[in-house]
Amino acid sequence: MAVRDRPTLAVWKFASCDGCQLSLLDCEESLLTLAGQLDIAYFVEASSAFRAGPYDLSLVEGSITTAADAERIRSVRACSHRLVTIGACATAGGIQGLRNFADVRDFVAAVYASPEYIRTLATSTPIAAHVPVDFELRGCPIDKHQLLEVISAFLARRKPDLPEDSVCTSCKRAGIPCVMVTHGTPCLGPVTHAGCGALCPAYARGCYGCFGPAEQANTASLSRAWNALGTDRRTLHRAFRSFNAAADPFRMESEAHADPDHPR
Amino acid sequence: MSPSAPAPARKGMIIDRDGLQSLLDRLSARGFDVIGPTVRDGAIIYDRISSVDVMPEGWTDDQDAARYRLARRSDMALFGYAVGPHSWRRFLQPPEERLWQATRQQVGLTIHTTAVPSAPYAFIGVRACELRAISIQDRVFLEGPHPDRRYAERRRGAFIVAVNCTEAGGTCFCASMGSGPRAADGFDLALTELIDANGHRFLLEVGTDAGAASVEDLPSRDADAGALVAAEEATARAAAGMRRKMATAGLKELLQANPEHPHWSEVAERCLACANCTLVCPTCFCSTVADYTDLRGHEADRVRRWDSCFAADFSSIHGGPVRASRRARYRQWMSHKLAHWIDQFDISGCVGCGRCITWCPVGIDITVEAAAIRAAPPRPAAGEGDDDGNA
Ligand code: SF4
Ligand code: SF4
Ligand code: SF4
Repeated sequence: MAVRDRPTLAVWKFASCDGCQLSLLDCEESLLTLAGQLDIAYFVEASSAFRAGPYDLSLVEGSITTAADAERIRSVRACSHRLVTIGACATAGGIQGLRNFADVRDFVAAVYASPEYIRTLATSTPIAAHVPVDFELRGCPIDKHQLLEVISAFLARRKPDLPEDSVCTSCKRAGIPCVMVTHGTPCLGPVTHAGCGALCPAYARGCYGCFGPAEQANTASLSRAWNALGTDRRTLHRAFRSFNAAADPFRMESEAHADPDHPR
Repeated sequence: MSPSAPAPARKGMIIDRDGLQSLLDRLSARGFDVIGPTVRDGAIIYDRISSVDVMPEGWTDDQDAARYRLARRSDMALFGYAVGPHSWRRFLQPPEERLWQATRQQVGLTIHTTAVPSAPYAFIGVRACELRAISIQDRVFLEGPHPDRRYAERRRGAFIVAVNCTEAGGTCFCASMGSGPRAADGFDLALTELIDANGHRFLLEVGTDAGAASVEDLPSRDADAGALVAAEEATARAAAGMRRKMATAGLKELLQANPEHPHWSEVAERCLACANCTLVCPTCFCSTVADYTDLRGHEADRVRRWDSCFAADFSSIHGGPVRASRRARYRQWMSHKLAHWIDQFDISGCVGCGRCITWCPVGIDITVEAAAIRAAPPRPAAGEGDDDGNA
């Protein structure tokens, strides 16, 4: 492909920790290849040289937490041919989605010396709640190999091969004996989207749900199994309330285990 | 043994632990990749073994629905446990393999087929249910108009040392399925481990000429009548001690007549659609094929990996998956195993190994679910459509 034909790439940040963008910079030797295939036109984390859109591929990190960002994402969408969200913030609202279960003004008052300067929305919402998204890449943070698969697929104009299966399928293919069954360790794997390669079960830990709900996640049944292993209500409540707390199946399950005195 | 080699008459001999080690050494020396049981990550799994020392000596497993625990035995048995999370399918039909790779050239492409590793497998400790499972996969992959070349290559060279079960595992029901606990055929050699007043020893039976050749001059003695009787009794005890049963009479017709049985919805309340049952099952054979390209568009890989009827993509066509609900997916899995498989391959797809029961994180038990459908009267056909988008 001649250099002038390279598609342009833009990387955008909304409310997030930057970890997913760092996964892109962490692609090491693949990063040079990538730079040869894509014209990196806008990537504040990597370069201060910007070029105006439109862009062929936009990677969007972060969730929408301010009125200004709710506007900005529309302009990003308008100048992007393809828009891919990267990470739990952009696909589910992220850890800052915890505000959705509380009054954000209480947080602002507790954290900032002069809360009157803070303008923020009452909720943290995923990008897809605001604009159409072409593909959502899961994970907190994303897996760099999956990111490279998404970009390679974009370049080849094919569908990325990233199935919505449970983490259990990764365990089984890797030959990892199930941690729930062999040592009674509670695991979110059966309701969590694959993508990490069963990182935690490979180290005899239960899955934390970083990649968000799997397709058909039966969280209620898994909670009963956790109960049978001795997990209490509060632990279950917290297990479903992390990076993907605002994703519907996890949100509803955490609400089902809320403190009866503070039912959220 | 090769899929269709005839089994000559059995011949009994007795070997001890050292004799077993000599057998492993001989198989390695003949170029086999020797795979057998070993302890890892809290379970007995199958992996490369070079020595009896790495086998699960003195270990057993305590199994029930959604529960597996290693436990110490009071003796030093080498095969004193049932089947674990792995099956031989991992080796004959690997979880993931590259089929070919294409490289872009100035003009056109070159395609390199990925070779199957050339060292044949020797499987040590194959249980009777697993022999049946292998023979079922042989039907799936080798018979019919389009044999699977890669499976055939792996299978053709494989040398099988079976072990007769002398104790049933907590979730076993091979006796109901007619597949165990004693290995009838399909092996090169079969062992029965005996530990009693006469010591710790193995009754070794020869199943094929290749098996006979492998034990020529192996330090051994002839099996006495006592050992043969003890071996028969031990496997009979295992059969009698099986806690789970599956009533197979009329089961195919029962399941095929009840696609709308309310019990499917009841199971769907519990089922996680996690796919563990299918991926531990030694007879499940489904795979998917995916193509990958690299960033530069210079190389492409075609990869085959295990798939499951519990996955959305499995039945996806334009507009979404054909089996959208957990109800439809569980029903597909169980009805295929126990009923449609018989139409397709003339044999049940279940060998009663119990893996799907042990390794289901919520303990869904195929024997219990089948019994529940049998127990409740079938719902009269109401003629109503399926509410979960499944044909
Ligand atoms: S360890 Fe967790 S992810 Fe792995 S199979 Fe068990 S429940 Fe599933
Ligand atoms: S259906 Fe279950 S018991 Fe039957 S062969 Fe498969 S894993 Fe074993
Ligand atoms: S039956 Fe059990 S193992 Fe199988 S998909 Fe359902 S929950 Fe998972």
